[in-house]
Amino acid sequence: MTQSAARAPILAAPRKRRLSRQNWERIVSILILLPSIIALGIFIYAFIGWTGFISLTAWNSAAPDFTFVGLQNYARLFIGGGTDMTRFHYDIRNEVGFLVLFVGGCLVTGFLLATLLDRKIRGESIFRSIFLFPMAISFIVTGVAWRWILTPGTEETGWVGVNLLLTNLGLGGLRSAWFTDPTVFYIQPTTPLGEFLHSIGLGFITVPALGYAAAITSIVIAAGWQMSGYTMALYLAGIRSIPDDLREAARVDGASEWEIYRHVIIPLLKPVTLTVVIILAHIALKIFDLVYSMTGGVSAGFATDVPALNMWKTTFDATKFAQGASIAIILLLMVGVLIIPYLVWQTRQEAQ
Amino acid sequence: MAAATQRRPQRRWHWTRILIYAVLILFAIWYLMPIYILLMASFKSQAEALQIQNMWLPPRVIGFKSFQIAWFGSTEPPATLGLEQGFYNSLMLVIPATIISCFIGSINGYVLSKWKFRGADFLFTLMLFGMFLPYQSILIPLVVTYQNFARLTGIQLFATIPGLVVAHVIYGIPICTLIFRNYYAQIPTEMIEAARIDGANFFSIYRRILLPLSQPAFVVVVIWQFTSIWNDFLFGITLANTPKVYPITVSLNNIAGSFHVPYNVQMAAALLTALPPLLCYIILGRYFIRGLMAGSLKG
Repeated sequence: MTQSAARAPILAAPRKRRLSRQNWERIVSILILLPSIIALGIFIYAFIGWTGFISLTAWNSAAPDFTFVGLQNYARLFIGGGTDMTRFHYDIRNEVGFLVLFVGGCLVTGFLLATLLDRKIRGESIFRSIFLFPMAISFIVTGVAWRWILTPGTEETGWVGVNLLLTNLGLGGLRSAWFTDPTVFYIQPTTPLGEFLHSIGLGFITVPALGYAAAITSIVIAAGWQMSGYTMALYLAGIRSIPDDLREAARVDGASEWEIYRHVIIPLLKPVTLTVVIILAHIALKIFDLVYSMTGGVSAGFATDVPALNMWKTTFDATKFAQGASIAIILLLMVGVLIIPYLVWQTRQEAQ
Repeated sequence: MAAATQRRPQRRWHWTRILIYAVLILFAIWYLMPIYILLMASFKSQAEALQIQNMWLPPRVIGFKSFQIAWFGSTEPPATLGLEQGFYNSLMLVIPATIISCFIGSINGYVLSKWKFRGADFLFTLMLFGMFLPYQSILIPLVVTYQNFARLTGIQLFATIPGLVVAHVIYGIPICTLIFRNYYAQIPTEMIEAARIDGANFFSIYRRILLPLSQPAFVVVVIWQFTSIWNDFLFGITLANTPKVYPITVSLNNIAGSFHVPYNVQMAAALLTALPPLLCYIILGRYFIRGLMAGSLKG
């Protein structure tokens, strides 16, 4: 509303032949914006195009080679066979597992904490600060700290971190190899279920690439530690913006607290939930620093490898630039599919 | 918040209240646990730190040796490069980048909120995508451009602090513009119309009306840019490429990544790296939360 009002005096200026003050100021305003537009045009959009071009070339060694090879680099990731393909399939598996557990975990924790904090809690601001402070810290610090906390140790040299704590508490059965765990949960072809799937022609899903790597849980724990407080803050702001009389009215109608949440608060929080999901999911897709610092960028059987890490290692460690560029473009497409509809939706909503 | 009216009177310590507090306290312990571990490890003497079976226990004697090695490094084996250089590098990088970001964001926000032209909203949406951009998708061209920039223009960007400043400023334009644009949109247009009738032009409106009102938005942008540039790792490790320029997160990763450095030194280094953004959070917490909200597009 304020925006259309803002347009009126400036843009609906009476027409004049010579360069009026309005027109001059309008040109100045665009000129001021121009450096940013050019910079972002080059550094975002032209660079994306450039990356896309590199991904279609044969530049897979230190020396640039711009021979056009079509979609070969992409094909190598999906159907080409060899380490590149296996690794990328595992990346996607890990990314999906990470994304689902991380976003789901943050939503549940964040919503729970927000609803609890909304109940007139003494020391609310202290709790809020404690839940939110990890957000201020670098993913590298988080990775270093959690790597130490989740270092498994061994029976002979002594347990470390959480495993030590569990052992001391008499919960030794819960010990885990955490981020070093090479276990992958998937439907094995030799099990009855696997054999059944084979017999009905679904044998292709009994592969480790369609499973869940146990080590991902550790990354979820560390990333959730960092981001669930943020989810809480967004939900709390959302809950607080719901008018009190709405709840009061429901209460007068005899609704229980549970029903008020079920039928009033949760539906009204839908936009917040959407925002949270979009933001967390895009963080999950981009996750790099945390995995890099927690695992040193290597893992047995690529159990904690993710696309953003694979891209970086492939490009700058293995100097396979074109291969790296193809991973980067796939990463961009995944983020784009998520973000572009959201941005369009936001812009439309604002225009109303 | 204050509008919350008195609900029906509650018996003070009903069991559900106790349960709520218990859950909140458990979560508080969970969030504080890594900080506890960092503190316990950092303040132990070297000898005490070796007793890993006591890693969850507080130090018997408080020592500062871990911090000393983490900061200055050590020449005796295992030789370690300290955080000191990285800390100063990050400071030299964060301060100019944050200041420049503020002014670019502010003037862009002014144009995009008060001088909308046709297609301004579309342009703004294109800009916003930059907030969500996975930097991997621009990293190769960025490195190639940086490496060849000196040959073409004589200005060294690759492996220099100014080069990192440029990258952070450019990729920070979307979020900074967004924060200022949303903030200025709340300022009534009547004020600006009145000023125009009094003869104010494009620049004097900005200088006399918007800028004096901008302080909260500046604080939000300062906090946002300060913490995100301080915490950045990807640009640091890709564009810095030499220990003389490494930002602190890269120094920390090098200390922690080399497995021969004792864990207590690693933890002290992690604590030192986390300290500036944490202080920022503690001192300016209120604005920090506002910045996070801005990061989710809507104020």
